[in-house]
Amino acid sequence: MTAAFVDLDRVTLRYGAGDTLALSETTMKIAKGEFIAVVGPSGCGKSSLLKLVSGLMRPSTGTVIVNGQEVTGPLKIVGMAFQNPTLLPWRTTLDNVMLPLEIVEPHRRRLRGARAEYEERARAMLASVGLAGFEGKFPWQLSGGMQQRASLCRALIHEPDLLMLDEPFGALDAFTREELWAILQDLWTRRPFTVILVTHDLREAAYLADTIYVMSKRPGRIVHVRRNELPRPRTLETTFTRDFTDLVHELRNHISAVRAAQDTIPEDAR
Amino acid sequence: MTPRAKAVVDKSMPLLSAVGLFVVWELACRLFAVPEYLLPTPSASFLAAWTYRDAIWMHALQTLLTTLGGFALAVAFGVLLGALVGSSRAVYRAANPLLIGFNSVPKVAVVPILVMWFGIGTVPAVLTAFLISFFPIVVNVATGLATLEPELRDVLRSLGATRTDILLKVGFPRALPFFFASLKVAVTLAFVGSVMSETVASNLGVGYLMMSASSRFNMPLVFAGLLVIAAMGIAMYGAFSVIEHRSTRWAHRGGESL
Ligand SMILES: Nc1ncnc2c1ncn2[C@@H]1O[C@H](COP(=O)(O)OP(=O)(O)OP(=O)(O)O)[C@@H](O)[C@H]1O
Ligand SMILES: [Mg+2]
Repeated sequence: MTAAFVDLDRVTLRYGAGDTLALSETTMKIAKGEFIAVVGPSGCGKSSLLKLVSGLMRPSTGTVIVNGQEVTGPLKIVGMAFQNPTLLPWRTTLDNVMLPLEIVEPHRRRLRGARAEYEERARAMLASVGLAGFEGKFPWQLSGGMQQRASLCRALIHEPDLLMLDEPFGALDAFTREELWAILQDLWTRRPFTVILVTHDLREAAYLADTIYVMSKRPGRIVHVRRNELPRPRTLETTFTRDFTDLVHELRNHISAVRAAQDTIPEDAR
Repeated sequence: MTPRAKAVVDKSMPLLSAVGLFVVWELACRLFAVPEYLLPTPSASFLAAWTYRDAIWMHALQTLLTTLGGFALAVAFGVLLGALVGSSRAVYRAANPLLIGFNSVPKVAVVPILVMWFGIGTVPAVLTAFLISFFPIVVNVATGLATLEPELRDVLRSLGATRTDILLKVGFPRALPFFFASLKVAVTLAFVGSVMSETVASNLGVGYLMMSASSRFNMPLVFAGLLVIAAMGIAMYGAFSVIEHRSTRWAHRGGESL
């Protein structure tokens, strides 16, 4: 087996000195360019997992290796987007998207000289998610779905090798969400990067991911790994096929199982 | 009412309320025959202001400059300290009790100390204005910096942003509305400080003018002094409101605001 791009080896995460165990013995191997999704009950440590991989937190035990190196501090090759688009209200959409270029090297150095060129890149990116013409608008003049698209652009403008998405479409209506699945798949097909997507939506996981990880209730563990071989590019039509619904059904059963299994065990230290 | 008439009423509201206050005050004085040495009528106060206009002009200018001097110091110091307190937990924990303790000390009690150190005159007034007005600036700048959304911080840190990057790109722009809001409050407090110090320890400024007028039982002039201070306070507050609104339009989202 080739070396994984993201490699978690028996990672455990404990918050504070108490025994809030967020993750327990989690092992994952993600190949370069792979699109994975993590699903699991609320509070099982999915967001914590992203923080570990991006180096915003250190594991209590175990190792996190990204791109052949152990993660010891915040990585610099990461793009992130959350359920809350967190755009800066005093910047226009274009300037929001360009924020990473002002921070990440080598763009940061080059930005002054090649501003026009970078601006062109940002405009093209916005156009590719259907936001052409909104470059000069402020985030609060955009709808929630539009803000989320801009947030995606911001996460990808510096061409990160690793994209972390924490329920990015969770706050959107079903139609907008499905539209954004296609957009995200498009961006990923054009320039494959590694994606870790955390989601509550099993259809979203089935539509987007190559591999789906199901986590148990807190403390989170990977209880099931499911390859998703549905042909790409996937479309809205795909979601009505037998294979797709079977997959969603199967995931649904796993989730129900982890929820039920743990309900019989008393919650730790309530 | 048409929207246009509504807008006119809305605009003239502050003026109406001021005129209303003066009318009530005037009528009350006349109706109950309040003696002038207790409470002069507004008309008598305005008349005194006109009679002593040269003296008032000179003293008002002195007070204004003193206040702005102290206020400028407060802004510089307040922003610096606010930035430190707001961006470092350690500094916050170290400085917070000191700041609160300091702010609780009545500044009237500090004036005599300042007089011992710097003598009577402008310096203690500037310093009192400074001491009384820096606290809200520190608190607001620190709050603006410290309440950064954790997710936004994560986005920036995962790009490899340094603390300085985060401060410059997000912290300060975000703190700006808080900062301007505090300036409005701070500048009116600065007037309180300078006038207080002038009252106790100066031979210049509106505070001194009122003190000497009251020792001569010239109550209309005392009230003229009060009105002048209030007017300067309102003017400064208004000026900073305008600056606030211009420079942080995004924070008001183009909607109605107070
Ligand atoms: N900063 C923190 N301090 C202490 N405990 C925390 C902290 N953040 C998370 N936890 C705990 O760790 C566990 C996992 O949290 P996490 O946010 O990773 O869950 P999640 O799977 O993302 O949940 P959700 O699906 O609701 O977003 C939770 O039980 C939570 O109480
Ligand atoms: Mg979460």
